[in-house]
Amino acid sequence: MLNRRTLLAASAATLAAPSIARAQATKISFYYPIAVGGPIPAIFDGYCKEFQAATGIEVAPVYAGNYGETLTKAITAIKGGNGPHLAVLLAAEMHSLQDLDILASLDDVGLDAAGKKWMEGFYPAFLANSKAEGKLWSVPFQRSTSVMYFNKDAFKEAGLDTEKFPRTWAELQAAAVKLTKKDAGGRVTRWGVKMAADVGNAQWTFGGLANQAGHILMNEAGTETYFNHPKAIEALAFWRGLATAGAAPEGVSNWGQLTPDFLEGNAAIIQHTTGNLTNLRTNAKFPFGIAGLPGKEGPRTVVGGGNIYFFKNANPAERAAALKFARFLTEPDRAADWSMKTGYIAVRPEAYETKTLKDYIAGFPAADVARGFLPVAVGELSTFENQKVYAALTNNVQACLNGTKTPAQAMADTQVEADRILKSYKKA
Amino acid sequence: MRRETVQGWLLILPALLLLVAFTHWPAATTIIDSFYTTPKGSRPPRFVGFENYADLMTDPVFWTALRNNAVYALWTIPASVILALVMALAVNTAIPGRALVRMAYFTPTMLPMIAVANIWLFFFTPDYGLFDHVLGFFGGVRHNWLGDRDTALPAMIVVAVWKEAGFFMIFYLAALQAMPPDLKECAALEGSSRWNFFRRVTLPLLMPTTLFVLVNAVINAFRLVDHVVVMTRGGPDNATTLLLYYIYEAGFRFWDQALAATLTVVLLALLGLLAWLQFGVLGKRVHYR
Amino acid sequence: MKLSTRSLEIVGAWLLAVLWVLPLLYAVWTAFHPGEFATSFKLTAPLTLQNFANAWDAAPFARYFLNTTMLVTLILVAQFVVCTPAAFAFARMEFPGRDIVFGIVLMQLMVMPDVLLVGNYRTMATLGVVDTILAIALPYLGSAFGIFLLRQTFRMVPQQLDDAARLEGCTLLGRLWRVYVPLAKPTYIAYGLVSVSYHWNNFLWPLVITNSVKTRPLTVGLSVFASTDQGIDWSIITAATLMTSAPLLVAFLLFQRQFVQSFMRAGIR
Repeated sequence: MLNRRTLLAASAATLAAPSIARAQATKISFYYPIAVGGPIPAIFDGYCKEFQAATGIEVAPVYAGNYGETLTKAITAIKGGNGPHLAVLLAAEMHSLQDLDILASLDDVGLDAAGKKWMEGFYPAFLANSKAEGKLWSVPFQRSTSVMYFNKDAFKEAGLDTEKFPRTWAELQAAAVKLTKKDAGGRVTRWGVKMAADVGNAQWTFGGLANQAGHILMNEAGTETYFNHPKAIEALAFWRGLATAGAAPEGVSNWGQLTPDFLEGNAAIIQHTTGNLTNLRTNAKFPFGIAGLPGKEGPRTVVGGGNIYFFKNANPAERAAALKFARFLTEPDRAADWSMKTGYIAVRPEAYETKTLKDYIAGFPAADVARGFLPVAVGELSTFENQKVYAALTNNVQACLNGTKTPAQAMADTQVEADRILKSYKKA
Repeated sequence: MRRETVQGWLLILPALLLLVAFTHWPAATTIIDSFYTTPKGSRPPRFVGFENYADLMTDPVFWTALRNNAVYALWTIPASVILALVMALAVNTAIPGRALVRMAYFTPTMLPMIAVANIWLFFFTPDYGLFDHVLGFFGGVRHNWLGDRDTALPAMIVVAVWKEAGFFMIFYLAALQAMPPDLKECAALEGSSRWNFFRRVTLPLLMPTTLFVLVNAVINAFRLVDHVVVMTRGGPDNATTLLLYYIYEAGFRFWDQALAATLTVVLLALLGLLAWLQFGVLGKRVHYR
Repeated sequence: MKLSTRSLEIVGAWLLAVLWVLPLLYAVWTAFHPGEFATSFKLTAPLTLQNFANAWDAAPFARYFLNTTMLVTLILVAQFVVCTPAAFAFARMEFPGRDIVFGIVLMQLMVMPDVLLVGNYRTMATLGVVDTILAIALPYLGSAFGIFLLRQTFRMVPQQLDDAARLEGCTLLGRLWRVYVPLAKPTYIAYGLVSVSYHWNNFLWPLVITNSVKTRPLTVGLSVFASTDQGIDWSIITAATLMTSAPLLVAFLLFQRQFVQSFMRAGIR
């Protein structure tokens, strides 16, 4: 029970003072997003407490919504003058964040020789979205690849081999058609496959598909995009084709809806992140499998997820503390723990040498499936004005999935729009 | 006389300061911003005249948002006002369980939009959501309500009408209950039909309420985007992007201050025009005290 | 014939009521049953309070409640304090510039602060109050709606009462406090209801201006909590919804007659 005085004191404090005390160097503020199910805030609270016990540095973790919302929150807060000192944001936002001039590179944060060595210990695929202008801008943290979860009961029912997940587009489509089930009235009761095309997620699904066709959507500098390319069109045509073949629903499916759809038995296969594995394992009432994405000819996928960024607004002491915290979060034991609690891929190979993770994988081999696809993964779509480019792509993908634009038209329109957005970033 | 002047100004000063600081001042700075480019990192804003407006004219998303908002307004405003009136008339008579019915109509007002949007999300869920359940019962086919361009905006409209009608009902109800009962007795004596009585007496007497409710409905048609944020984020393919949502995106997702400012100026102009229409044209036909 | 139209009307009214309360009914059903019954409705489903416990543990709702309570209280009190004298001046005083200023005030009826997110955000940043409850409240404290309503009410107060108070030696503020405010009680209640329900449910501006648990009101807390990318869990979301709206719902249930009557007397019609 709160008594009146503490209530008054609390009100006075909140009404008058910005809540993040900036004077103390031993207290840093940390924003993070959640894009998967499960008790993530409790996990972060635990890490922060451990960190404080070990170093005396207090970290205030702020959960700020999904990736898009957290990005908005972090930038708004920084512009408002009391932003976080570090944050987990989409790895693909590097160019945009740099453009806003709010990032501190790892050199600015004070990475020493030992630190440089530590940075070399990450999987190279996860560092792809960290490098620009010869500097490192972020530390890989909650990283994933796009994977497919499949309902084994549904596979058996459709007469498919649960041990042989489709490896090519043709196989996937054929399987998905078989998996689609209708009731006596002709209503679909189970869809073969569902992939997310809502705002904030369509670009990731599509990035995977483009790579499956053997195509990269942007240059490394993030100043050019290649949407209007036969392979990109082919990728979109495949996506749209799943619906016209009757294996996927018409229109747009939402990321957030995929998990309940899968658990409900409404979708036999969903394309999602590895980070959702533990959540599905806890909640699925049927045996399910995890597989790498197929491809036009063979498996290809895209990496995703969030890196830790450091911000300029932090003073040197705060930056040092933030870096310490980032290193703490990626220590082998903790990376292993994080991977087991969520399903994200541990970002450092050495985490897979720890006994806990070895034992875990021995008992639950599915937990190590996604890592096997890192060699065939590319970086996520990442450009300047990232969110605008995402929006242009998403709108056109959605128009195509709604049947109002042909794949070719949608890609051509995306390219025109992206060119307009990136006009001022192209070197003359 | 001089004393009353000082006193009068002192009394209005706090309110005036707050109003000017958080309505008129930001409106003015927004207008100024709309003539400059977006400052980015090391690049300061640059004066560009009407270039932002010219850009806006060629922005397809702007036109989509404008059209969506027009459709949204043209459906939500009449639907919620008429339903509110019907509801008020219904619970103003002695129907069984009147308190319960009134409560039912009013509940949406009390539920945060942000929360009920999640419940509506379930209703609209394809295949196993409530609507598809019910449709399936009657032999209908499934529908991806929020994922289909043709039904996403109507879905938003339904949610908005549901949310607002009960709120407006309270105003009508208060007005109906304040109407002198002898009017009705007179009419009954003269043998005038219920419809005639409603049309000739009730409706004109409710005109000030209608104007008031209408003003609020118009404002909400441009203000209420909470459900868009939760349910569709403007998709699919901008089918549910409303002007304020686009402003929010431009300002806080794209960090495009110029676009946000220009959009805001357009919205302000639109609201000004609507205010003039309502108070200038409609208002003259309603005698206000 | 007459009877049948009447019963048809009653059935219609009830049907509409059921439709209107359906989301709430669904919320109640889902919140009190285990997760697997969120999408299937069986009468035999077991009851549980676990969803409420889970929701309560999953986010700092106690803090959000406190924030929202402080927010609506702050706004309500400040609106009354700020709008009352202004309304009185506009209603009962003669001074140069009055009508022009009243016009300026009325502009806010249409241009609500919600539209001016970007501009107001910058002001708050300049003032250094971003991420405070004060910042959520500030744009709404001077309320044209409140001033307009109170002015209408004050103008209906009989001038004789005012004169009598003046003869007894009441000061200006004394007259306002002893004569006008008591007579406008229904208006205050009606306006209070509108204001509280508006700000209890307001979302976009609080979303923009708050960053931390210490300031987030319930709506923002809920949206962050239910952020759909996690995969929607309707049992927990409905439990959270019921928890967060319960105070308003119960308050209205208890006082609905009084509310309608104060609307009636307030002349908001």
